[in-house]
Amino acid sequence: MTLRIFVSRDAGAVAVGADEVALVLGLAAHKRGTEIEIIRTGSRGLYWLEPMIEVATPQGRVAFGPVTEFDASSVLDAMISGGAHPLRLGVADEIPWLKRQTRLTFARCGVVDPRSVADYRAHDGYKGLERALTLGPDAILADVTTSGLRGRGGAGFPTGIKWKTVAQTRAERKYIVCNADEGDSGTFADRMIMEGDPFVVIEGMTIAAIAVGATKGYIYIRSEYPHAVEAMNAAISAAKRAGYLGARIGGSGHSFDLEVRVGAGAYVCGEETSLLESLEGRRGIVRAKPPLPAHKGLFGKPTVINNVLSFAAIPFILAGGAKAYADFGMGRSRGTMPIQLAGNIKYGGLFEAAFGITLGELVDDVGGGTLTGRPVRAVQVGGPLGAYFPRALFDTPFDYEAFAARDGLIGHGGIVVFDDSVDMSKQARFAMEFCAIESCGKCTPCRIGSTRGVETIDKIRAGDRVPENIAVIEDLCNTMKFGSLCALGGFTPYPVMSALKHFREDFGAAPPRLQAAE
Amino acid sequence: MTSIYEPWDAARGAEIIAQHTPLEGATLVILHALQEAFGYVPEPAIPMIASALNLSRAEVHGVFTFYHDFRREPAGRHVLKLCRAEACQAAGGDALAARAEAKLGIALGNTTADERVTLEPIYCLGLCATAPSAMLDGRVVGRLNEARIDALVAEAQR
Repeated sequence: MTLRIFVSRDAGAVAVGADEVALVLGLAAHKRGTEIEIIRTGSRGLYWLEPMIEVATPQGRVAFGPVTEFDASSVLDAMISGGAHPLRLGVADEIPWLKRQTRLTFARCGVVDPRSVADYRAHDGYKGLERALTLGPDAILADVTTSGLRGRGGAGFPTGIKWKTVAQTRAERKYIVCNADEGDSGTFADRMIMEGDPFVVIEGMTIAAIAVGATKGYIYIRSEYPHAVEAMNAAISAAKRAGYLGARIGGSGHSFDLEVRVGAGAYVCGEETSLLESLEGRRGIVRAKPPLPAHKGLFGKPTVINNVLSFAAIPFILAGGAKAYADFGMGRSRGTMPIQLAGNIKYGGLFEAAFGITLGELVDDVGGGTLTGRPVRAVQVGGPLGAYFPRALFDTPFDYEAFAARDGLIGHGGIVVFDDSVDMSKQARFAMEFCAIESCGKCTPCRIGSTRGVETIDKIRAGDRVPENIAVIEDLCNTMKFGSLCALGGFTPYPVMSALKHFREDFGAAPPRLQAAE
Repeated sequence: MTSIYEPWDAARGAEIIAQHTPLEGATLVILHALQEAFGYVPEPAIPMIASALNLSRAEVHGVFTFYHDFRREPAGRHVLKLCRAEACQAAGGDALAARAEAKLGIALGNTTADERVTLEPIYCLGLCATAPSAMLDGRVVGRLNEARIDALVAEAQR
């Protein structure tokens, strides 16, 4: 009988040797005269175990990891014999780190072959679209609203309202745009889902197109993600061949075409209006709002622009899961969030959980603390524009409003862990430096403020009139926060101010008086 | 070793531009395609794009210079990009970047005198759970340590 072996083709797995492992497995099987079939999947997101490889058994898929090219042939022996192996992890679905998650959006990621429409369908794929086609636009919008889904790119705007606005705007042409310009450090969920389950993104965008009456869609992927570009292009071709894209989708009267466009290394293009400018072939300069993209978006036409994860959440919701989705979460944050644990962390990877889990649980319990084994000193949540949180705030629940109440943001769900060797004034300087490098230049607080910020933090780090210069930074951050056109200049103060507030001792100033735990 | 790129040729450039001209908002697509063919975007291509898309030279130049990816001149034979963003910083990326700079004798953003290696910063490859990470000529590498960065630098110098 042919042994079915699953090896990830996710960039994160390839970066640590998955291709070499697949190659050695093939050679070792040939040498043994064993018939094997290697299926290249996405990643399950347990990155500390990558390359994690799995074999189909009557008990389910049994995982081994982290497997190097040197272990591959002994692992193959254990797969053939069903015997013990030091890298054997047991049935993949039973691995506690995976089992305690609530995988709605990432249910198929790491399981299916991302190039196969048939495999996608065999795992409940396209059920949302099939139902959407019978429902019609109004009922689709009602389902999305019921689910409570909010934009997963970071801003958290209710998806149902956005779609309804586009649906109600009359135009001869409308667009669906997927923001896959995932530039935040510490985030990789968009990349993972595009590489591991690209059809879920396509299905979500197609449902959006039917809901609002759009006929053309673009996925704008950053150039730093060549594997995702390749995976999405392959999936789009496969979906076209299967009649799920193009004219008369699934035999219906709806037509929808989809195209991948590649960014060119500008972080600011993750901002939606800048992304639209870039898609139109221009400099990625932020547009003033209003008009909203929902009214005048791509090429001046009504446009739904959502993050990859927002679209990827849609198929589950439309497959009859709107109420079930809304039942997860807390407060106004409904459903699940694919949280990404990164940086100096022992168990880094993708952890999809209902909103409400605390930061401390995520970092200490799920993440296992730092990889270096040193104490966790700070975590940055929400990318380069997110605040640094000290241990004292680890009771903050993962929720849009709870983070905002503590002068932070959950952003795109990335958590970067730092140990006690971190110099927080250096991190604050980096935040300003990054803003200076990436500023589109349209508004003054961001363009000039970021450079003045770097200079002023340099003075503080050199011990030059520290209290006065800290006052300058605070004033500057205030100006940037309220005077910038978009989140780049407007949110750069978050990492800077949080570093100053919680780690003042790193700025050559006296540490703040002990604050009572909130 | 010969370059993997074609030498600049105006007729070939015009052909590439014409291929993509019908697309909506074609400027970035064309710039990417030219760079893929020639390794950089040769100066004479700018007015050609402008004329094909009915834009001014200034507009095309503005787009070309806005994006970090587009090159005015060819890169070294190998391009080593080191992630310099927060997740890689947290995992010790600063020291490894300094090590690569010292080994190659150049600062990030430069090409070695023998034109073998271009060393560049990159802000996030999305490999943040296997940090620090790098990309050598499109191949991704994670869990960098001193030995692995040394091996990458040596490979790039070959």
